[in-house]
Amino acid sequence: MNIKHHLDEATLVSYAAGAMSQAMALVTACHISMCPTCRERLAHSEAMGGILLESLSPADVSEDALQTLLDCIDEEPDLGAELLDCTHPNETESRTHTYDKGIPHALGDYIGGSLDNVEWKRIVPGVYFHDLPCKSERGGVSRLLRIAPGKAMLPHSHDGNELTLILQGSFSDEIGRFTVGDIADLDNEVEHQPLVDSDVDCICLIATDAPLKFSTLLGKIVQPMTGF
Amino acid sequence: MENKPPGEDVENVVAMPTVTDHKTSADPDWSALLTRLTEHKDKAVYVRLFRHFAPRVKAYLIRLGLVESVAEELMQETMLTVWRKAHLYNSQKAAASTWIFTLARNKSIDLMRKQKYPECDLEQWEEEPDDQHDPCEQRIIAERMNQAINTLPENQAQVIYMSFFEGRSHSDISSRLGIPLGSVKSRIRLASEKLKWMWREGV
Ligand SMILES: [Zn+2]
Repeated sequence: MNIKHHLDEATLVSYAAGAMSQAMALVTACHISMCPTCRERLAHSEAMGGILLESLSPADVSEDALQTLLDCIDEEPDLGAELLDCTHPNETESRTHTYDKGIPHALGDYIGGSLDNVEWKRIVPGVYFHDLPCKSERGGVSRLLRIAPGKAMLPHSHDGNELTLILQGSFSDEIGRFTVGDIADLDNEVEHQPLVDSDVDCICLIATDAPLKFSTLLGKIVQPMTGF
Repeated sequence: MENKPPGEDVENVVAMPTVTDHKTSADPDWSALLTRLTEHKDKAVYVRLFRHFAPRVKAYLIRLGLVESVAEELMQETMLTVWRKAHLYNSQKAAASTWIFTLARNKSIDLMRKQKYPECDLEQWEEEPDDQHDPCEQRIIAERMNQAINTLPENQAQVIYMSFFEGRSHSDISSRLGIPLGSVKSRIRLASEKLKWMWREGV
């Protein structure tokens, strides 16, 4: 995989901190799964969390709490560890069987492991969406979008952040060309109109933390119908 | 849900935690201790890790806005996970404090949102980045980071604390501080890049 577009540093920090909506965290986790570069960068951001944890003044913890845990551990002696060791590979195996290649687990959990299982709803001819049950904030969305070759997303800008991860196909916009694994990590300073520029449907995973702002009349008409 | 909804504790916004200037050299090497647990589930080692990390995990959960009893319960769950998942810990990938931080973070999110925090998976994507670390680097990073964080300008430290200790999103921080979203992100970027630069330079 040849990934050219990565996560913004501020997005990685927010993910590491556990400070994102579920919707934004899903897209971020999926890109990190696919991208060794961002995985390496995330390790640094999470190290920040480790240091901050170390820096906190310790809270009171009773000796009882420790004893409770030790009792709990006694009830699951080495058997517990063995069970974990055995179940882990099995779990991995069954997941690999049921999840299509190229589908990060975080997303696979929501779509039965395959994009083939997704029930699409049509917005306009050639443009389909499927809403995911992840919580977003401030009227944002969590959804899959499928756009036919030669079609364009309506031109829009944002009040907040927008994350778009390419799962299949490709598109181009004012910023560049995005192929599988690439992420467009945009905020309110950008207006763009993605155009699908290869001969397969482009499928993207999208999250926003505010409604999009459409700059055309058609967009303004379609918006209330689709919840974008 | 007993925890306070984030955002109700306005005075918390500017309250900085005291970052203790602790001497890492005087502490045992927690990552090495946790690694011993990876090889052999030794309760004496676990007790030492518990005494050090449990009070900090609880303090972190309280800062996130959980009431004391819930924080206590989640701390116990987190520390039990440390025992159960110790065999998955890899000191080359993360310091002990970092690994335990991510466990506590995920537990708190699962509880507060009633949705599992989306985690990245590594099994099917086996490519590794080109530059591999030597085993002690995580510990060195941790020491340098501790020094570096105290040198951040206050407005950068503030957005880092609001992210990690209050769990606030960019847009939430933007409206609380009354500054544009772009400024929140550039402060976080500056802080993060400064810390990374300091690691590299060993300042
Ligand atoms: Zn990346």
